[in-house]
Amino acid sequence: MALLEIKNLVKHFPISGGFFGRKTGDVKAVDGVSLTVENGETLGLVGESGCGKSTLGRCLLRLIEPTSGDIIFENKNITEMNFDAMREMRRKMQIIFQDPYASLNPRMRVGEIIGEGLQIHGIADGAELKDRVMALLAKVGLREEQYGRYPHEFSGGQRQRIGVARALALNAKFIVADEAVSALDVSIQAQILNLLQDLQEEYDLTYFFISHDLRVVEHVSDRVAVMYLGKIVEIAPADQIYTDGQHPYTRALLSAAPVPDPTRKAERIVLQGDVPSPINPPSGCSFHPRCPFAQKICSEEEPPLVLDGNHGAACHVFGPGATVKPN
Amino acid sequence: MSALLQIKELQTSFFTSDGEVRAVDGVTFDIEEGKTMGLVGESGCGKSVTALSVMQLLSKGVGEVVGGEVLYRGKNLAEFSEAEMRDIRGNEISMIFQEPMTSLNPVFSIGDQIAESVRLHQGASKKEARARAIEMLELVKIAEPQKRINDFPHQLSGGMRQRVMIAMALSCNPSLLMADEPTTALDVTIQAQILELIKELQEQLGMSVLLITHDLGVVAEQADEVAVMYAGKIVERAKPEIIFARPAHPYTIGLMNSVPGVIDKSAKRLEAIPGIVPSPLDWPSGCRFRDRCSQAEEKCGGSQPDLIEIEPGHWVSCLKVPVSAAA
Ligand SMILES: Nc1ncnc2c1ncn2[C@@H]1O[C@H](COP(=O)(O)OP(=O)(O)OP(=O)(O)O)[C@@H](O)[C@H]1O
Ligand SMILES: Nc1ncnc2c1ncn2[C@@H]1O[C@H](COP(=O)(O)OP(=O)(O)OP(=O)(O)O)[C@@H](O)[C@H]1O
Ligand code: SF4
Ligand SMILES: [Mg+2]
Ligand SMILES: [Mg+2]
Repeated sequence: MALLEIKNLVKHFPISGGFFGRKTGDVKAVDGVSLTVENGETLGLVGESGCGKSTLGRCLLRLIEPTSGDIIFENKNITEMNFDAMREMRRKMQIIFQDPYASLNPRMRVGEIIGEGLQIHGIADGAELKDRVMALLAKVGLREEQYGRYPHEFSGGQRQRIGVARALALNAKFIVADEAVSALDVSIQAQILNLLQDLQEEYDLTYFFISHDLRVVEHVSDRVAVMYLGKIVEIAPADQIYTDGQHPYTRALLSAAPVPDPTRKAERIVLQGDVPSPINPPSGCSFHPRCPFAQKICSEEEPPLVLDGNHGAACHVFGPGATVKPN
Repeated sequence: MSALLQIKELQTSFFTSDGEVRAVDGVTFDIEEGKTMGLVGESGCGKSVTALSVMQLLSKGVGEVVGGEVLYRGKNLAEFSEAEMRDIRGNEISMIFQEPMTSLNPVFSIGDQIAESVRLHQGASKKEARARAIEMLELVKIAEPQKRINDFPHQLSGGMRQRVMIAMALSCNPSLLMADEPTTALDVTIQAQILELIKELQEQLGMSVLLITHDLGVVAEQADEVAVMYAGKIVERAKPEIIFARPAHPYTIGLMNSVPGVIDKSAKRLEAIPGIVPSPLDWPSGCRFRDRCSQAEEKCGGSQPDLIEIEPGHWVSCLKVPVSAAA
């Protein structure tokens, strides 16, 4: 059953410039995304820096108001909900923010930060609250003595784990994990990923897992979606996207992560052409200026995301929606 | 050849209400001109504090270098006045901070911030500084930099903010770059381009780099030497060819086994090093890793093992590692 359905979601940020602060354009951060997230699955989201992943993740919880489109969570359209109803929803929908430094209140003690949600929603207080927070601290590899410390007294990776503990405190149904383990060494990373997995099994959690670390995404995800300039260009089961990626961007993106082996330098498909801009995305397929396979149609028509079973791609030349042959 | 930076038995503590947090507790290494030292280790082990100690950027009265010294071009940085130090920071030694928002000012546009740093350190005119800022943004692959230069930090994605900070740090052509997790928020493609940019600057200007990263793949590709830190100390040091082929310290071995996919691609659970680091408020005697070490014996609880050379250029602090005949 689908827990979450995203329909044609758009988020444009206006940019103003000139002397009178007139609007001079839009950053098309999320530009027509439709996705379904199944109950109990982990959907991985990957894509270049600036392609709109965090904006999409924040829109799902309405921490940013979408420009248009619908978000259906447990059969309710949350884009139409008022403030109070939305607040109640947040008990079920949590986010691990990409930037722990900016998302932790510097004047609150870490124990209070982690326990805040439990208290607000009246789930626990007093000694029980403290016990639960202590247990969470231990689970993310922090020490009990750190309960009363302030965020600035922690290392970068420790702060990230505070954000993880805060999001997990409520046993929410749906968790957006935005680069949740990006600052962690591999051993602590493994500990946190195992924890997420245990909780998923125990409580049937659903994760929307944003990460640029392709190895991690491959490990945790049931399905992976690839984003490029505000759009989903490919989606497939995790094993398929790595072995049978169709979209040329997917293949370039997955071509090479640095490998922990100095004798084997990674072979990369380095993308040609200028870095794309979400202010003036290219016509047709927005990947066409950098695509080694681009043909005439690619600059003229936008390829739709065409699904074949559970594997979909948005490309004129490759995948289920292909209309022309590669040359 | 003499080393550009020499860190000798550095000890840095934070004085908190709970007592003295001995974050860095005897760290020694050199960085030669034009070379890259990769610093890896468990989250919270003291990597950032080591870098901040070199930069003399610890908050006064809270964090303090309590032992050892840091020599830059043979001069003890602790003897520099605040004004001299300010001159060095930015002109000669610059830093990419782990969390971009700690160093970007939220109320100034990114263009102003980069231009300001160029102007301060190179005495360029306003117009030149602005042109240089655009050029730097282009180098770190920000699309349409002319349109982005007026953006404020909160209008950028996590990875864009990180790249802006990299642009700032590189804008003054430093002799020594302290890069604290410089690519954590970047996808592999952009990460590769940024690392390439750093390498180019090293070749052109002979820049030295302290590269703190938890990404073992990045270290393998980028570093001339690798130091592994655990609980405030260096536990192993060698060239990447050696350390990746023959990791010797049980912590290093555990770390390498935790990389997703390195051991067993299909394993459902990742391997984490069991247990938790001891508290820096009260380091235990003997080897600090022993509670988590599968090799530990009674003698490990005795005195702190020294860092010894077990083969040419390969230093390890573990009582159980045999010294090869070659050393
Ligand atoms: N201002 C402070 N007050 C008290 N303790 C601190 C302070 N800053 C850092 N620490 C402690 O010092 C230790 C080392 O921190 P440091 O930031 O150097 O870790 P790190 O190796 O960079 O970790 P990470 O990989 O998570 O960034 C940590 O245990 C941290 O909690
Ligand atoms: N508040 C805002 N105002 C204006 N533009 C914004 C705002 N937030 C994000 N953007 C822009 O939207 C685009 C997408 O940003 P987003 O943070 O979603 O990227 P991302 O995919 O998460 O990237 P990263 O991997 O670097 O974190 C970027 O061009 C960014 O500058
Ligand atoms: S539609 Fe054309 S330009 Fe776009 S990815 Fe496919 S081949 Fe390349
Ligand atoms: Mg992001
Ligand atoms: Mg750090």
